[in-house]
Amino acid sequence: MRYFVKRVGQSLLTIVSVVVFTFVMIRQMPGGPLAYIRAQVMQSRGADSIDMAELSKLSVDYMNYSVNDPIHVQLFNYTAQILQGDLGRSFNYGEPVGEIILKSAPWTIFLLTISIILTFAIGILLGAVMAYQEGERFDTAWTGVSMFLNSVPYFVAALLFVYVFAIQLSWFPASGNVASNLDSALTPQYVSSVLYHATLPIASLVLTGFGGIALGMRGNAIKEIGEEYIRVAHLRGVPGRRIAIRYVGRNAVLPLYTQFMISVGFMFGGSVILEQIFAYPGLGYYLLEGINARDYPLMMGIFIVITVAVVACILFADLTYGMIDPRVSDEASREAY
Amino acid sequence: MSDKNTTFNSVGGSGAERDRQPSKADLYRERLDIFVLTPLRVMWSDWRTRTGGLIILAYVFVGVVGVHLIEPAQTGGPRLIGPLQNMQYPLGTNNLGEGLLAKVVHATPPMLKMVVSGAVFSTALATVVGTVSGYKGGYTDTVLTTISDIAMTIPGLPLVILFLVVFEPSNPFFIGVILSINAWAGLARTIRSQVLELRDQSYIEASRIMDVSLHRIIVDDILPNIMPYVLISFVNTGRGVIFGSVALFYIGVLNVPFSNWGIMLNRAYSTGGALYSWSSLYWIITPMAAIVVLSLGLVLFSQGTERLFNPRIRARHAESIEETGPTTGD
Repeated sequence: MRYFVKRVGQSLLTIVSVVVFTFVMIRQMPGGPLAYIRAQVMQSRGADSIDMAELSKLSVDYMNYSVNDPIHVQLFNYTAQILQGDLGRSFNYGEPVGEIILKSAPWTIFLLTISIILTFAIGILLGAVMAYQEGERFDTAWTGVSMFLNSVPYFVAALLFVYVFAIQLSWFPASGNVASNLDSALTPQYVSSVLYHATLPIASLVLTGFGGIALGMRGNAIKEIGEEYIRVAHLRGVPGRRIAIRYVGRNAVLPLYTQFMISVGFMFGGSVILEQIFAYPGLGYYLLEGINARDYPLMMGIFIVITVAVVACILFADLTYGMIDPRVSDEASREAY
Repeated sequence: MSDKNTTFNSVGGSGAERDRQPSKADLYRERLDIFVLTPLRVMWSDWRTRTGGLIILAYVFVGVVGVHLIEPAQTGGPRLIGPLQNMQYPLGTNNLGEGLLAKVVHATPPMLKMVVSGAVFSTALATVVGTVSGYKGGYTDTVLTTISDIAMTIPGLPLVILFLVVFEPSNPFFIGVILSINAWAGLARTIRSQVLELRDQSYIEASRIMDVSLHRIIVDDILPNIMPYVLISFVNTGRGVIFGSVALFYIGVLNVPFSNWGIMLNRAYSTGGALYSWSSLYWIITPMAAIVVLSLGLVLFSQGTERLFNPRIRARHAESIEETGPTTGD
């Protein structure tokens, strides 16, 4: 219970520090959002007259803080608004940032969920088989392949896939998330179009990702197979299948949990590049659009949302870890030297 | 402390040797053997570190010597000639008539600078934070762990992009540091948990009882044990910097005067209609190969590195340490 409170508190602390950090960053930006808002006011009212009231109103509307307040009040309002779910209004699209995010987030989540599940499923299975075949041809070959795939960046794979399968062979679409003539409804046609468009992005993440997981799983499983209790289990006559799954499998998968947490952050971050390559309208795509157009509310909003998503995933993984591995307790040795 | 030990070992052999005082030259030869030659021999004995090391050396060679042998790419040459057709441009040219070989070669030094600065920055920071928080414990630990937890959960690439947009750096060393801005956190956690295990070992407890200073305990007793993690993560961070920089150059977030493999890819993909036939394959494969081979070299190197710190394997390859166990052959 103490652990639960501590972890939740830490996650909240992370989110608040990220919000504060974005606030500081916005103010550091060259040009900055204020220049944009000032230009807007000037445009509507003629060159010289800057109406402070209007400036303040616009800045509250777009950025969640008023330029006329002292800086700590600005920070407080900004943080408070964001924690209430109001992320400001996009300069470029004119819509509230929240709506853009609601529109794009499902696509990113869809893409990443499938990719992560496939990466780990393939990696764990392959790694386990490799461990059981240690030293044989299957193991040597796949260790080599895994190391090679592990050193290909996902975006290089993505670019190559676009070149080969989309441009040259025209087997898959090069961009977009769904055929433009379909209405969004749960018809078989729509679903298959979505999957068809997602194939290349998912393939580039999975193919470059599973090698690392397989190597990790292989190492853990080999270590586990060499343990005494496995030998004892064999001597006790426990069936091989049971040993492989319940004894070796369980214990070898546990350390991968940490790798899973890192993968979540890595893939969410990587979506910026991946969605750009495939022009896939998810969070990462809009984040980069926001950055290129210097659309501060949009980029900050998406940055905060991505961080919250990653923090939530990690918190969930952390809190459920104790259920899978009962050995984890409140770290005992905390004596200070 | 460790110096005395090694001298002691080498003298403790046969009776005749024990009487002879080791000269300065002997001492230096022994140090050379232990700190330079033995690691090299261990590295050479494993195919992964051997191949990886050779690949890395080749890139360093290209970055240091190759840039003087090959002229920087210039526009205005023959356009879009394929590889191996014109010996002046062995790897072909792009749509501006720039030689691809020259572009790949001249993108290497800034890339190596970014890799080194990023890796040095993040490993150094991680080692300091990890050892201090693991060894000191208490409030120091709580504060440092909370900070690294926060740094670890913030998704790296968007954070890096924000930093790059704000600072607009153009120095490769500085870009390298920004690219690995939160890579240190993961390693710091690993090192911390290692140190937590180590600090209750009896030989470290002995040092503590002998009133050895905290600084000396960390440097002499703890650091040698965590070196494998440090070196492996040094290499992995380097790989992360390559991935990150190429990606960001590709999407055009970084605006710098030097060339990069990512910029080459961007040019190939953003030139309208350039990629519509198979004959343009060389144009995108060249920079991709440069990226993948360097990254493969780093992966191989880090996979084999663990052997470097295994004392049994080291002892077998060292000439100044006498064999005590049964000779297993080499």
